[in-house]
Amino acid sequence: MNFKHKYVFLFPGLFVLIGILIFPIIFVVRLSLSGWNSYNGLNFIGLENYIRLFTDDPRFWESFIRLSFLSVTTVTLQYVIGFALAHMVWKEIKFQRFFRVLFLIPMMTTPVIMTVIWRTFFHESLGPVNDLLQIFDVAPKWLTDPTLAKITVIIVEVWQWTPFMFLLLLAGLLSLPKEPFLAAAIDGASPIRKFIYVTFPLMAPISIGAIIIRLIEASKIMDTVYVLTSGGPGTSTETSSFYIFIKGLREFQMGYAASMSFTYLIIMIISLTVIAKVLTKLLLKD
Amino acid sequence: MGKLYTFLKYFFITVWTVFVVAPFLWALTTSFKDFNSVNGGVTYIPWVDFEPNLEGWRVLIKSPAQGGVDIVEPYFNSLFVTCTASLVSIILGTLSAYALSRYTFKAGPIKNNDITFFFISQRIMPPIVLSIPFFLFLGAVNLLDSLFGLIVVYIVLLMPIAVWIMVDFFNKVPREIDETALIDGCNPYQAFYKVVLPNSIPGLIVAGMFCIIFGWIDFFFAFILTFTEVQLLPVKIVALNSSITPWWSLSASALVSVAPLIVVAFIVERYLSKGNLSGAIK
Repeated sequence: MNFKHKYVFLFPGLFVLIGILIFPIIFVVRLSLSGWNSYNGLNFIGLENYIRLFTDDPRFWESFIRLSFLSVTTVTLQYVIGFALAHMVWKEIKFQRFFRVLFLIPMMTTPVIMTVIWRTFFHESLGPVNDLLQIFDVAPKWLTDPTLAKITVIIVEVWQWTPFMFLLLLAGLLSLPKEPFLAAAIDGASPIRKFIYVTFPLMAPISIGAIIIRLIEASKIMDTVYVLTSGGPGTSTETSSFYIFIKGLREFQMGYAASMSFTYLIIMIISLTVIAKVLTKLLLKD
Repeated sequence: MGKLYTFLKYFFITVWTVFVVAPFLWALTTSFKDFNSVNGGVTYIPWVDFEPNLEGWRVLIKSPAQGGVDIVEPYFNSLFVTCTASLVSIILGTLSAYALSRYTFKAGPIKNNDITFFFISQRIMPPIVLSIPFFLFLGAVNLLDSLFGLIVVYIVLLMPIAVWIMVDFFNKVPREIDETALIDGCNPYQAFYKVVLPNSIPGLIVAGMFCIIFGWIDFFFAFILTFTEVQLLPVKIVALNSSITPWWSLSASALVSVAPLIVVAFIVERYLSKGNLSGAIK
């Protein structure tokens, strides 16, 4: 029954999406098999781009490892801090609404624009951070030291996106059933035990969803790096997207950039599926 | 034990509040500075450390001919593109989500979950992967550097979010209300429009807010796909970040760009307190 109706509901959205995407996706695949320059346009060169990528480009793999490090670190920090914050404003607390709104706000700001502000914030001689650190007689080079630059990117990313985690986890906490908590209260469980044995297991499915969604978004990190450090100093904050951007739109090696994009996409889909499986196993033991 | 926890709780909340507020406060004071009070060393308090002036703010509404930046037009462009793309995404996404939640689809190995995953997976692609083909695609149909072209691209960006939120939401709206409406003589479209939709307003609002956030904060597509005819706010503001950075107007424009979304934060919080959002996100 209702054989026709279901298609009327599904197809407008599905076809608009496919209609817009079909050309770009086919084109990326075609482009990845081609060399491209302004003299003779698109010329088919088979798997040459892929061979170069897998045998002769350590920079791509380095940028990918760096990206993995950055996104795993930021998402872990966001999860821990976001959960802590959500747990703190979940129950009665003074100025509850004020804190809830305040903790959401960073997520509503445009990353590039706030990053410009952060750049002035971490400015070596004219920024307030180093001005206050003068008391301790240190002047860290936030943006030009290879290690510190990574930390600065992490700080900015955590500031920007912890609210997203906070929102999903708070929404989850507010939707939990009351009975398990009553039972725990009757048994006289301490707050820590209550958290470990009741709250955390109940939140596991929501946690997995939130972590996966954040990993998807975090792996696209680009705006922050572009404005804050432009991948520098050297290549110390260069992520995969940024390297593809440099190859594709700065050096105009479009075919090569396309083959990197395609490889990247496949690695991402596989690793996200694996991470989702592992997390489900770890957190949902029963 | 309880006291220590309370102390730690308020301590942590205070630290985080300072961290969240610090860049905004810095931007606010910087927006009232002039060249000397920025480059002469770090200053914090107006009237004490430096003499505040409104130049940073005034420059925003002056036309370029008068040495201004003129962010008014990019501002409305951004609002228009974000709202239109969000609206289209919500309409199409809600219809698809309703179909995926209520009916079963099967085409070979492809089932409902796979179609849902197809929608959501569009967000995995980094913008850079799509930006090059989109650039050529829009160029071919003459939509490069136009509002309409950007809206088309943003629909791809936002529809997955709408589908993701609405599928979960519809799964929680009891099927009985559709069935009752069908028995009462509605056709499936009337049942959807008259009965299901009015019951889904919280979900629609949350999905809408998310679309607006992710549309408003996008920089990369606007950066690649527009040049001079159409400029969006983030691109315009980042363009200020040139060799001699005018920190004051940069700060002022950053604050202006945050303003409309603060309203969104309040709306999201309102639905959160009512416990409605919890139905929409999971």
